[in-house]
Amino acid sequence: MFSFCTDPATLPDWQWMACYLTTASHFALYRSVLVVLLLLAMAAPLALGMGFLGALAVRSANPVLRLVGKVYVSMVRGVPDIIFFLFVPLAIDQGVEYLRHRVLCPEWDQPVRQGNDFIVCAEAKMPLASDPAWMHDVWGFSLALIAFALVFGAFAANTLHGAMNAVPRAQVETGEAFGMTPAQAFRRILLPQMWVYALPGLSNLWMILTKATPLLFLLGIQDVVFWARELGGQKTGHYDYTHPDWRVWYFLGVLAFYLLMTWGSQKFFDRLMQRLSHGQATAAGEAMRKATA
Amino acid sequence: MGTEGAYPPYNYINESNELVGFEIDLGNELCRRANLTCEWVQNDWDLIIPNLVGGNYDTIMAGMNATEARAEVISFSQNYKVPDPSAYMALAGTDAGVMESGVIAAQSNTIQAGMVAETGATLIEFPTADETIAAVRNGTADAVLADRDFLVTYVNESNGELEFLAVVPSPGQGVSIGLRQSDEELRATFNAAIDSMKADGSLNAMLIQWFGEDVPVFE
Repeated sequence: MFSFCTDPATLPDWQWMACYLTTASHFALYRSVLVVLLLLAMAAPLALGMGFLGALAVRSANPVLRLVGKVYVSMVRGVPDIIFFLFVPLAIDQGVEYLRHRVLCPEWDQPVRQGNDFIVCAEAKMPLASDPAWMHDVWGFSLALIAFALVFGAFAANTLHGAMNAVPRAQVETGEAFGMTPAQAFRRILLPQMWVYALPGLSNLWMILTKATPLLFLLGIQDVVFWARELGGQKTGHYDYTHPDWRVWYFLGVLAFYLLMTWGSQKFFDRLMQRLSHGQATAAGEAMRKATA
Repeated sequence: MGTEGAYPPYNYINESNELVGFEIDLGNELCRRANLTCEWVQNDWDLIIPNLVGGNYDTIMAGMNATEARAEVISFSQNYKVPDPSAYMALAGTDAGVMESGVIAAQSNTIQAGMVAETGATLIEFPTADETIAAVRNGTADAVLADRDFLVTYVNESNGELEFLAVVPSPGQGVSIGLRQSDEELRATFNAAIDSMKADGSLNAMLIQWFGEDVPVFE
């Protein structure tokens, strides 16, 4: 990156360090931080959406919907996350390829499974082998995103369901007594008030989601943890920049990154909680009323 | 084409964030000779065979020895490097007895992990080769068993801190390209390309370029 970086072996310490930290592979590490943030920014609203749908399904008057919601929530909550992170992307990937195979290659006469091999025709590959590398990355990232949304959606569904039940029933009844339909009472009374009950659970989920992002590494996405391990390992004379095992420093950096993330989030949630508690029939809301009175 | 990208000088990621190494050069040349358009994919060693049979890539070139156990799941081309001897590496002054009764580190799912399991020594496994070396340096393991050609750089650059305890022959037919068993056609294509590189001496030149003058070459 800098003009003096041509021969790392002869550089004085600080220049060596400056060059070392700006190699292309270090930029890949810095980029991977953005990948993690992007995943969080997309997975959180998706999971919240899944959770909201899940909570509505569990509360639904329709027995089929209720069953679907209950099975989803209890199944995901009852299976180790890591199993889902390994299973969901694989199942979707092979499922999509299988379906595309059936549609795109009807004349194919060999079985899809041959011994250990999973074989679909070249046109059914997802993405196609001829697609550029970024398409493969986007596809892998999307699969990971779906897995995160599914798993965290189930937890969010349980939290939101609990929050909906926590809003005093008398308030909804009052709304109905004023002639609101159940849907109106839900929208106007229950929905605005449930968040204060949901927030502690949701902020918990957000923290766990933040801390679960290193699981990306399992799905073959090169995240911060991957690069910390890759760059921190001992570099022998095969590399331009040789150094002993520096993983402890790299992992310390990753540790600081995650701690900063969760600390910042906690600050944000504290302020949000204060806003939502305003005028609520909760202990926090009551304390605020007394303070101003 | 799948590779691990963490096994210098076979295959690794350099500072420019590019896959480089003996197998990358070799694979590109084989593809050129076979008129194939090839793209490299980096994959964790532990899942490198499942992702091959799952169809995420069509070949493995990752310092993989063709052994009988692996041949039950995938097929192999002819070898492009004669069987690497394995070597025990330890801190200088370590008693050779640890090979039979000590704690030996090896990368998981390697032939060396299997070899250690058959001795009286305790095996501890790590997902990457780099971590096995770190385990020896910090005393978690008494020695590491791995391909000698991988370890030799670490020994030479350690200023006498690390040394070889013993060199032992490895099982298998040598380092080869791993392919799906249903992919006979591709296997024949690569075998022909390897033949042509063995015949004109370009494979030997590449071996010497990456592993040094002492590497065993093809006749």
